[in-house]
Formats: sequence, structure tokens, C-alpha cells
Amino acid sequence: MAADTVIAPAPPAPVTSRAGLSPLARHLLLAVLALAAIVLLSMVVDPFTNVRLATVGYYLLAVAGLTVLTGLTGQVSLGHGAFMFVGAYTVALLVVYVPALPFWVDLLLAAVASGLAGALTGAAAARLTGPYLAGATLALAVGLPSVTQRFPDFLGGSNGLGFTVNSMPAGLAGTVPSTRWQAWVVWAVVLAALVLLANLTRGRVGRRLRAVRDDEVSAALAGIHVGRMKVFAFLVSAVCAGLAGGLQAFLLGTAAPGSFTPALSLSLLAAMVLGGVGSLWGALWGALALVFLQAGSEELTHALALGTDVSNNLPLAIYGLVLIGVVLAFPQGIHGIGRTLRTRLRPRRTPARTSADDEGEA
Amino acid sequence: MRLLRRRLGPLAGTLAAVLLASACAGAGSTPTGGADKADSAPGVTDDKVVIGTHQPLTGPAAPGYSTISAGARAMYSYINDKGGIHGRKIDYRVEDDGYNPTRTVEVVKKLVLQDEVFAIVGGLGTPTHSKVVDFLNSERVPDLLVASGALRWDDVAKSPTTFGFQVDYTREGKILGSHIRNNLGGQKVGVLHQNDDVGRDGMKGLDQFIADAVVSRQPYDPANTDVLPQITALKNAGAQVVVCECVPAFTALAILTSARLGYKPQFVVSSIGADPRTLAGLLADFAKRGGTEVSAGALLGGLIGAGYLPDAAADDPWITLFKEVHQKYIPTVPLTNTVVYGMAQAYTFAQALKEAGHDVTRQKIIDTMTSGALKGPGLTPFAFGPDSHSGYTGAYIFKVNPDTSTTMIAAPVVTDRENGPIKPAPTTRKTPTEIALVR
Repeated sequence: MAADTVIAPAPPAPVTSRAGLSPLARHLLLAVLALAAIVLLSMVVDPFTNVRLATVGYYLLAVAGLTVLTGLTGQVSLGHGAFMFVGAYTVALLVVYVPALPFWVDLLLAAVASGLAGALTGAAAARLTGPYLAGATLALAVGLPSVTQRFPDFLGGSNGLGFTVNSMPAGLAGTVPSTRWQAWVVWAVVLAALVLLANLTRGRVGRRLRAVRDDEVSAALAGIHVGRMKVFAFLVSAVCAGLAGGLQAFLLGTAAPGSFTPALSLSLLAAMVLGGVGSLWGALWGALALVFLQAGSEELTHALALGTDVSNNLPLAIYGLVLIGVVLAFPQGIHGIGRTLRTRLRPRRTPARTSADDEGEA
Repeated sequence: MRLLRRRLGPLAGTLAAVLLASACAGAGSTPTGGADKADSAPGVTDDKVVIGTHQPLTGPAAPGYSTISAGARAMYSYINDKGGIHGRKIDYRVEDDGYNPTRTVEVVKKLVLQDEVFAIVGGLGTPTHSKVVDFLNSERVPDLLVASGALRWDDVAKSPTTFGFQVDYTREGKILGSHIRNNLGGQKVGVLHQNDDVGRDGMKGLDQFIADAVVSRQPYDPANTDVLPQITALKNAGAQVVVCECVPAFTALAILTSARLGYKPQFVVSSIGADPRTLAGLLADFAKRGGTEVSAGALLGGLIGAGYLPDAAADDPWITLFKEVHQKYIPTVPLTNTVVYGMAQAYTFAQALKEAGHDVTRQKIIDTMTSGALKGPGLTPFAFGPDSHSGYTGAYIFKVNPDTSTTMIAAPVVTDRENGPIKPAPTTRKTPTEIALVR
């Protein structure tokens, strides 16, 4: 999937970075190294940690999509859970009704479906700003999962759809535990998508998007079609969220409306802010926090043997407190902490790093 | 550019290969089976047995159901303090899934893969548990006494390790339908049902008796707590009897909303939402949040419900035992039929564990379940056998008195999940003393 399409969006004259590699090569190299690290990590940890590893993967992709939308075009979306819903149900329906299709085709079609949903939303959203945009996207998050109630026989109603995705090649069955295989598949897809995203944001399209974010009038004067760029950003972002939803369906074998509440959209947004808006590294920190902060605080409350009312709300409270703390101390999120430290330790580097550099990191 | 392409070829190829590797078979086709792990006993050591469950401690089903695990835990503590089963203490791990299927999959994977539980016992909810049945069966984890009455738990060929517990919704629907036809004949009937197996399976039974009398069927979604449109539709259709195939929170909402509209149908509620003491608590709680006070007795008086376990206030040897356990371990939690449910479920599992013998394995406990040896606290027998993984086979009908106590108005009956007749239940039951689970 990635092999041909990766080459296409590369800028006509690749800028070589300090390592002497073009950004595309650097991103690909990083992605392959990351995949190798994930494979190694998945071999040493227990099967359930592999599930969590894969969970981090698909959240990372969803948050990355959101951070590209917000960081590059300044649009905000409170409805990314709805795009995950579209992706998850596309995969679910294809697995249930077209069982002969291989999984990667299901996933591609999930990307197409969520891209369509994103383009439609984007077309409406391009006319809205600020609270109106937030309200419109929130309405999407609240309303779209209710579609399942309208067609209970086809979409399963509140029950949703349950299925098992068979993706393991026959040669690996029995030798690789299924959770490890799932982690590999999820991360391979996520990293391939991130390479595309990173190149997109580094290249011509990224510059145009930032131009629109900074000043719509001057961007329009420079010949950039403002509305088209905004719709495009929504499309890219929705594809990421849709892929994330498809991967979630693959990992968990379920798609049900109860999993795509507005709370999901808001927690994606919170993870983005926590990690650092506009940075793909920030998306990683946000996704890690989303999974492990929650898991850690749940284990803490289990260990403390608190009352049900306290232990059920404590993880959320801890997450909220960490979010407030990080935003107060480091307005640029967790990624900002690293950047601040780096700047202090190696002041010589400072002038070399432009804002485009930050946003293109992968 | 050519240099770039050459260098990137292998790298991109690796990424693509991993993706394409999954292209070997259709995503929806049945995978080839793994190794048979049934004869092992993970989670069992010399001094303990680790079991797990998923429960809605938060979310839309929590009001009403969150005390089930409290009852179960109390029963396990009682058994453990009496020496456990075959010298092993039962380590009962409860995970909150918030009635959210995604969370259910996560927590059940955690229980099976990380905590390495011996069995999942009493996993609660149809939308939730249906998403983990395939996983549990492929891992050969005993999936015992599912806390839902959907028909799908009884599928011996596809889900050999899954067993139901409570009376299934179709059997119960037949019993409720027959009662309505015989005692409330000629009245217009409306149905309020949860938009999933609860409603579908329930109406399959109801319609065998009262399909002609039904004037309106209204589904509700557990995520949406506004049932005004549904109740208005039932009122406008002129329904004099409203059958509620609902979880407790929605029975309470339906009753409150009807009262607000000045609509007073005869409510007939399936067992999952008919515990009067739980309903009384919910009515008071919901009304308080709405800024009013209600008399639970006045609202609940006359309500007809179904049950298969002895009522928490009944004069019954099992209730005597449950009261003792309740007094000792959870005196602050009101003793409702919901708590009784948790205790009965825990007792039934402990009994199966004992019957399976000292050298218990996953296969042995499944054999015990199908052996027909289990005689629980219920007023009707279990259907467990080689060809059936269904739980209780029937129910009795009760009416709620104005003081929220209950009176049995139709003795326990049993039936099957198809078109078979409804017959009186056998009157002989084993008492806890006869079963002598612990000393």
C-alpha cells in the first residue's frame, strides 16, 4: 500500500536535512526503525501489554490526524470520534457481509469512507469558525452513532456488531500469538500513515495549510484556494481517525455505538493538547498518556481498595489534573517540555530550528 | 530522484510486505484452530482459584446492577472464610466496563491474558458480553453463568465454553405472554423494549400468545435516557397493558414518565428490570434529581413482574443463608433481589467448582456444568445438559404491594425456548443444608 503512494507527495526539490537525507527518506527510516522497535518490544512483553501497545498505536493515529487539523489550519474538531465510528463500522460491515475481502482492503475502504465523511464535514466546516465550528463537529459526534438505532437490523442497534478479524497468514498461525500479530499490523499501518502525514505537512501542502492558518486574506492573495485547503485538511484528518477506528475494530473485534460517545472525541482533543498541539511527537505522548495514565491510575485505585464511587472517578480526575498541570506549566504540552530542555542544553541549535521543522517531525 | 527511489525501495517494501502479508485470507473467514488448551488449569494454585467478571459499575446500566458484584463478593468471602472449595480460596476480580462493549473487550482481555483467570463468571450484559464470547471460546476459557437472558449463550456447537444463568428472554416472554392472555385478556398491549436481544428474544416469546393484542412496540436505546417519545406513543396507541423488556433504570424511567403524563397502564416487567426494592431506590433517586419527591410504593403498587430466584423477603432456606451472608459482609448495602442474584450466581459457580473435583481443569468444570448435577437456589431447575447451555428454565409471576413487598400470583412454571408447552415446575428443591457446599 505504502510503497507507491509514499513517493508521490514528495516536494519537487527535496530539502536535505542535517543528516544529509531528504525528509521523506528520514521519515521512512524513522518509521522502519520504530516498527523494528515495536516488533522487538512486542516479543518481550506479555500478551495483554501487546493489546495496550496496539491501543496506543490507533490512538496515536487519531490524535495525529487531529493535531494536523488543529495545528496546521487552526480548525478545531470536537467530533473526531464520529470519524472513528465511520471507520470502525466500515471495517465491521465488510468483515461481516463481505467476508472474502482481505483485511487490508477493508482498511483501505474504511479510509475512503471516513475521507468522504471528512470532506462533507469539511465543506460545511470551512464556512464556520470558533465556537460554531466546535458546535457543528460536536453535533456530529453526538448524532452520528445514533444512526445505528435507526437501522437496528443492519447496524446491530445498541448491540453493535461483533466479529473476529482473521488477518494472520497461515504460515504464522500457531507460532506468533494473536495479540502480538495484531500489534504489528496496527503499528505498520499507523507508521505508514504517519510517514504520509509527516511528508504532507513538510511539503508544499503543509506550507499552504499554514499560510491559511496564519492569515486567510494574504493566503488567498497568494493564490491559495482557502476553502479547498480547509476541506482538504478535514479530509486528511478524518482519514486518520477513520483508519484508527478501523484498527480499533480489527483489534477488539467489535463496533458498537456505546464506544463512540462524545467523551471519546473530547478525550482525543485532551490528548492532543496534553501532548502538544501541532506536533506528531506530541500525538505520541498524548496517546501514551491516554492509555497508560488511565491504566496506571486504575491499577492504583484497585490497589488502594477505595470505595466504588471514588475508584470509578479517580482515573478521570487524575487525567484532568495532569492535563491542567501540563497546560499551566508547559502550554506547548509534553512535547514542549522536551523542546524547552533541548533548547537550554544546546543553545547553538536554536536558530536552525524553524517552525516548519517542528511541525514536520515524525 | 533515482538514487532516492533505489534507497527507499527496500524500506518501503518492508512496510508494504507486512501489510500485504495479511492478504492471504479473507478478513471474515474462519481462521484455522489453535492448540487445544482446555485440559489445563490457569489461575488455579494449591490455595486459590482466580476468576474474573465484567460489570457495569458506572454508565447507563450501573443504577440497579452495580450491586450484583457486591452480593457475589460477599458470597465468595463467606465461602473463603469457611475454608474455600477443596482448600482453595476464590479470588474474585471485578472489572468495570461501564456497559461499553469496547471497554468489555479490553477488560476481559486483561483478565484472561494478564491476570490469567481460570474462568469468567457472570459477565454482565448482552451488548457487552456478546463481543467477548468468540475470544473466550477461542482461548477455551470457561465462560460461566452469563448475566443476561439472551438466547445466544446457549449455542453448544459454536460456543462450547459459554453457559447462561438466568431464564432466557424467550422463555420468560412466553410465560409473561401466557399470563397476560389468561388474566388480562382483551386489553390493548404496548411493548417497551431495549433495542437489542433483550427486546428481540423477549418478543419472540410474547408474540406466541399476545401478538394480536399488541398495538404498539417502542424500542429504547440504553444510551438515551429520555423515554418521553416512547411513552407518549404507547399512551396515544391506547395501550392498557405495557410490557417492559427493560433494565432497571429504564423500568424506573418508564414508570416516572408515565406518571408525569398521567398515564396509568398495567406494567408487566421482565425479571431483569422488576426488582421492586431496586426500582424503589431508583425512582427516589431519579425524582430527586428532577427536583421532586415521589412515593415509590404508590408508583410501584400493582406492578406485575417475573422472577426465578426466591424474593429477598421470602420465607425460604436460601434467603436465610443469603441474609446471614448479607448481615456479616455487606450490611450497608440494602438486601435487594439484585444482591440475591449476585449471591445465587456466586453460589452456583462455587458448587460447580466443588463438583469438578480437587484436580480441576477448564475441561472438567465444563463437563460438570453439562452433567446436570447443579441444583441452585432458583425456583425452577437449570436446563444445563450436553445439548443445552441455557440456565433457569422458567419463572413465576409476582405482583408488587403498595409497601413494595411482593406476592406471588402465579406459581413457578417451566417451558422451552421454542414452541413447547408451559408446564408447572417441579416442587422439590435442594436446600443449602442438603447441598452442604461448605462446613
